[in-house]
Amino acid sequence: MFGAAIAYGLSRAGVDTLMLDGHDNNLRAARGNFGLVWVQSKGKGLQRYADWSRESACLWSGFAEELTDITGVSIAHRNDGGMMLLLGDEEVEKRKLEIAEMSKQSGATGYDCEIITHADIQAYFPDIKLGKAVTGASFCPHDGDVNPLKLLRAMHSGFVNSGGRYKSRCTVNTIDHANGVFTANTQEGQFLAPKIVLAAGHGISQLAESVGIDAPIRPQRGQVLITERIQQVLPMPLNSVRQTDEGGFQFGNSEEDIGFDDGTSLDVVQNIALRAVQSFPQLSTVRLVRNWGCVRVLTPDKCAIYEESISHPGAYVATSHSGVTLAAINARLVSKWIATGEQPTDFNHFSASRFHVQAT
Amino acid sequence: MFRRHDKSSQAKGDNVTIYFEDVPIICKPTDSVAAAVLLSDPGYTRRTPVTKAPRAPYCMMGTCFECLMDINGVENQQACMVPVRDGMKVRRQNGVPILPGDSKEPGND
Repeated sequence: MFGAAIAYGLSRAGVDTLMLDGHDNNLRAARGNFGLVWVQSKGKGLQRYADWSRESACLWSGFAEELTDITGVSIAHRNDGGMMLLLGDEEVEKRKLEIAEMSKQSGATGYDCEIITHADIQAYFPDIKLGKAVTGASFCPHDGDVNPLKLLRAMHSGFVNSGGRYKSRCTVNTIDHANGVFTANTQEGQFLAPKIVLAAGHGISQLAESVGIDAPIRPQRGQVLITERIQQVLPMPLNSVRQTDEGGFQFGNSEEDIGFDDGTSLDVVQNIALRAVQSFPQLSTVRLVRNWGCVRVLTPDKCAIYEESISHPGAYVATSHSGVTLAAINARLVSKWIATGEQPTDFNHFSASRFHVQAT
Repeated sequence: MFRRHDKSSQAKGDNVTIYFEDVPIICKPTDSVAAAVLLSDPGYTRRTPVTKAPRAPYCMMGTCFECLMDINGVENQQACMVPVRDGMKVRRQNGVPILPGDSKEPGND
């Protein structure tokens, strides 16, 4: 997602761009995609990232329209707000504390997120009954969602339509740098360019090191469940339950630190399904058709890294778990930064140097 | 368009009758609903949820979900995975089913 969005933006800006992609069987974080354009959970400890996520959410409507205009692919973008459902008083109290903390951190910018009651939530969803277990929700008006399969297809299609070149099954093994030219060495041969952007998900750490950037990312597994398609009853995405534009319900918000294993496990699937049915009891009659695991790309503070190499100018690293949320701003501002050098405000906050506290 | 394979004609057991859109189909007890319906040359067996395109069984092994039908009043069933039973009433799946009404909440027993 990150690579495709930046490549799309570069190609649209008229920059001659080659996108080198890995193999189908590579570990791809985007496979676990929940399709959320999500602001309310972003940027704890790094306000610039909270702002950045919100800025991207604001760019999203225009971005979605542009993609559809150029490619004819409708990507089902919604931006009517989103909720995190809270089950039990304990979850409500915990979320209230988090909101207070984020409000304090955001200062004058503000943190647009509030706790709403069971009755408020039910009023948003007239076509499906809310479970008694739901004691509240945090609502954020900037949240929304998109069909991530169509988004990826649209960005690739828009990239190629604008003159971009795409090569799949072309994993970059090593990178050389000499006389201002980068060489990406692959099994398909060598590719030369004056600039190189590393947005290779789990493959980033090793490549980034070769251009002098330390990008410490770690794997975290999430499991996803999908149901049969039914009539539209959920007009707004929730962080753990979402109904796609095609009618299927998607469940899942698990977090497991078990390395690069993208398998599934019964206990986690049961917990996800139980929570979904506690949230909306009618879902107990809806058939699950598939479940799978995927491995997220996380930095130590779960916020993005954007950095140009000091030792190898012209080499960039861009990575974050939030590929869909940030697709709009990656296609707009990040591609502009790479093409022209023009930095978005306070962009140095995203440097990976924040993870290296110097002893004094 | 489809005809029965010689080996499946020799399958054991008495013939059973199912009904596809009220039309009787004589079939073997070892047939799946999808196979039996295909023998009757049904034209299409479902309409898709989004574009309402007409579709019919394709993979016959539980993977593609093209064979969704309403079987005995239960919608969205994979007809290739369901064995026939005498007297079954099968209908085309027209788009998405509605969400069933009341369901018991978990954890309140």
